[in-house]
Amino acid sequence: MTETNLKIRSIKNIIFRTIIIGVALLAILPLFFIIFYVIKEGLSAINWEFISSVAKPIGESGGGILSALVGSSILIVIAVIIAIPIGISAGLYISEHSDSKLSSMIRLSVEVLQGTPSIVIGIIGYFWFVKPMGHFSALSGGIALALMMLPMIVKTAEETLRMIPFSLKEASLALGVPYYKTILKVILPAGLSGIMTGVIIGIARIAGETAPLLFTAFGNAFFSTNILKPIDSLPLLIFNYATSPYTDWHKMAWGASTVLIFFILILNITTRIIVNKWKIKY
Amino acid sequence: MENQILTTENLFAHYGDIDTIKNVNVSFPKNSITAIMGPSGCGKTTFLRCLNRMHELTPNAGSRGKIILHDEDLNKLEPIEVRRKIGMVFQRPNPFPTMTIYDNVIAGYKLNGIRKKRIEFDHIVEDSLKKAGLWEEVKNNLHKKGSFLSGGQQQRLCIARALAVNPEIILMDEPTSALDPIATKIIEELIVELKNTVTVIMVTHNLAQAGRVSDYTAFFYLGDLLEFGQTEKVFTNPKNEITEKFLTGKIG
Amino acid sequence: MELTLSNNNKITISSNSIKYSDNWKLGENIFNSVLTGSGIMIIMIVIGIFLTLILSSLPSIKQFGINFVTGTTWDPVFERFGALPFIAGTLITSFLALLISIPFSIAISILLGEYFKRGIFSGFIKSMTELLAGVPSVIFGFWGIFFLVPIVREFEKILGITAYGIGIFSSSIILAIMIIPFSASVGREVIELVPSDIKEAAYAMGATRYEVIKKIVLPYAKSGIFAGIILSLGRALGETMAVTMLIGNFNKMPTSIFAPANTMASVIANEFSESTFELYTSSLIEIGVLLFIVSTVINLIGKWVIKRMVVR
Ligand SMILES: Nc1ncnc2c1ncn2[C@@H]1O[C@H](COP(=O)(O)OP(=O)(O)OP(=O)(O)O)[C@@H](O)[C@H]1O
Ligand SMILES: [Mg+2]
Repeated sequence: MTETNLKIRSIKNIIFRTIIIGVALLAILPLFFIIFYVIKEGLSAINWEFISSVAKPIGESGGGILSALVGSSILIVIAVIIAIPIGISAGLYISEHSDSKLSSMIRLSVEVLQGTPSIVIGIIGYFWFVKPMGHFSALSGGIALALMMLPMIVKTAEETLRMIPFSLKEASLALGVPYYKTILKVILPAGLSGIMTGVIIGIARIAGETAPLLFTAFGNAFFSTNILKPIDSLPLLIFNYATSPYTDWHKMAWGASTVLIFFILILNITTRIIVNKWKIKY
Repeated sequence: MENQILTTENLFAHYGDIDTIKNVNVSFPKNSITAIMGPSGCGKTTFLRCLNRMHELTPNAGSRGKIILHDEDLNKLEPIEVRRKIGMVFQRPNPFPTMTIYDNVIAGYKLNGIRKKRIEFDHIVEDSLKKAGLWEEVKNNLHKKGSFLSGGQQQRLCIARALAVNPEIILMDEPTSALDPIATKIIEELIVELKNTVTVIMVTHNLAQAGRVSDYTAFFYLGDLLEFGQTEKVFTNPKNEITEKFLTGKIG
Repeated sequence: MELTLSNNNKITISSNSIKYSDNWKLGENIFNSVLTGSGIMIIMIVIGIFLTLILSSLPSIKQFGINFVTGTTWDPVFERFGALPFIAGTLITSFLALLISIPFSIAISILLGEYFKRGIFSGFIKSMTELLAGVPSVIFGFWGIFFLVPIVREFEKILGITAYGIGIFSSSIILAIMIIPFSASVGREVIELVPSDIKEAAYAMGATRYEVIKKIVLPYAKSGIFAGIILSLGRALGETMAVTMLIGNFNKMPTSIFAPANTMASVIANEFSESTFELYTSSLIEIGVLLFIVSTVINLIGKWVIKRMVVR
């Protein structure tokens, strides 16, 4: 009796494990398949011309995604320049005054901002910058992206800085170093690798954002580096080409997708290297 | 007594509403070593941290009364200025993990933005490390991070860092309690050497250490300074009953 | 500080005469203002977002009142704006996606949280799912158009219904694929929070792994797994690009789960740039307001549940 009972239990155990592994694989395999599919379609499109030249008019074959590559880079640089100082400063504030009322309000705001749908950020970019300026611009797109990466930076900065032992701050203060220099020259360098990781993850996140750019950077069929003019970006290019009726453009969109995925992959790997190599022992 | 360097007058310190240090009046002689002793929780650390205004960094903590260095009341100065005159070595070694050994020694200059010629810094580093008895061990690795050093070496690095800015007084809070006996012995010898350059006020839990190292002993009990005098006298002939009990191991 | 370098390189440091020339009080003030200012700026940004959305949607709020969310007609030509088709589209796609994703994400969470806690296999799966969580939504949409939609179209032919391919069903599948990595990683984290001593106590009593998972791990991690699902819902509601590319951009009440439709996010993406008069724009923004509020509330609830679980 108990023996059969035991047997049933162990069979149940095995069945359960099989189901779990089966279902999990069923979910994981298609996920891999998407990446495989995109790269398979995209690799054949990628060559030197694809990376280094601008788009050709419809009907002419060839051409490349240089405008979008340069545009994406400009947008990311703008976003990073804006989000890093504000994000790190705010992260510092909440890690230094962790119990204050203002800190909890900042934390709440960061959560809200992080949960704001990207399309809403697009609307905001339009009303705050495009409408007053009277036209779409790289600048407004970069700022919209900055809003998207800001929460990431604040959070990682806070978490990293909070982990730094108080003894380190004491060591500096006991030398008669002013508080702000202690933070800037001792605490921030000690938290650098963590903060860098946050920034890179933030970049990986905004590199593929499309919705916030629809009504801000807008896209541009021509090569432009003017931050006050509309600018193209990789995700916008993918969107426009993917939804177009031209097979040539589809191919370019696969190529652009592959480039974007590799870029994000490289950023991911970089954060791992930073986390492993730059560990600071206290 | 002879030439006094630091004097407290009616010094009180508190955490929140509770007075942890009560009305302490004491004078530390110049170029001497004073051991601060007393049972756990009696306020040794608190007292020490009042002297260079580190105490007030703790939330809700503060102190009142006078702390006179030469003729100046330190409580009237900016805390930063006080800490530049009075160095501190902590219980656990805390070198800056992002800096090289060299930069750790001159951290007091670098962090305060004081520029000097390379050769001047070289001399300060060598001199401070020699005084801290660490020079021979690290002179070939000056530009490596300090994290590979042993605990005792790290503590001596911290002493060198404190010495480098040329303070008049160095405060040490149980500087050997995190170290093994050999490292402890080295640091004790070093502290005795330091007497020629600076005045040392150190907290110690260890009676034998106080006996070996210090010229003067201050005995605290529940926030009161019960006894202060030459170590020999306090040890052999304590005036206070509680001190005697402590010295004979009946409390503590 | 004065250094006297004599010939034999011995140095005498004259007593405490280092010149600290820094103007640290000014630095301190500037520094503190910058920190506080940045924090306040983030608060202002969020308040600003809210005010901007509300103010810009006032014309439509005034014009339609509550009818905005119950009206089923969206017709810019006759200036009639009812958002119910999009609200319905959003809710149906999101919940369908959630339904599809739940078994898979729970299976992956259990697999990584219980069966393969570490080792090459779990490391590999973890990094792959992380990578997938980072794949831009526009690429999911693109893949959906060219791979998923034809399959769904075939499927619809077999079912004998109009074979659009695009529509709610395709969008839901894409959304499900997109949220699985996220909800699985939340699930894994909360499963790992289950204290090992209570699990070991059960093993010591002879329980099988299945019994431990069923009777101890899952009940303990229940609220956290639930929070993960809620957070996934928040993501699905606001997801824009992939859905916009697959939903069919159809502004009527959806009639079946295979029909083309529009979601709140996708109608904004499709029509905002071409909204030519104030009431039109402001109606689109009112949809944005609704989306913003719902996502925020769902998001905060999910995070609150997880925070409570971590504290316990
Ligand atoms: N941050 C603090 N907040 C509140 N009370 C404190 C704090 N730090 C110390 N105290 C209290 O102040 C009293 C003195 O503490 P202090 O650390 O100065 O003692 P101590 O003599 O250095 O002890 P030990 O020998 O254990 O290092 C103790 O009763 C302690 O509980
Ligand atoms: Mg102490």
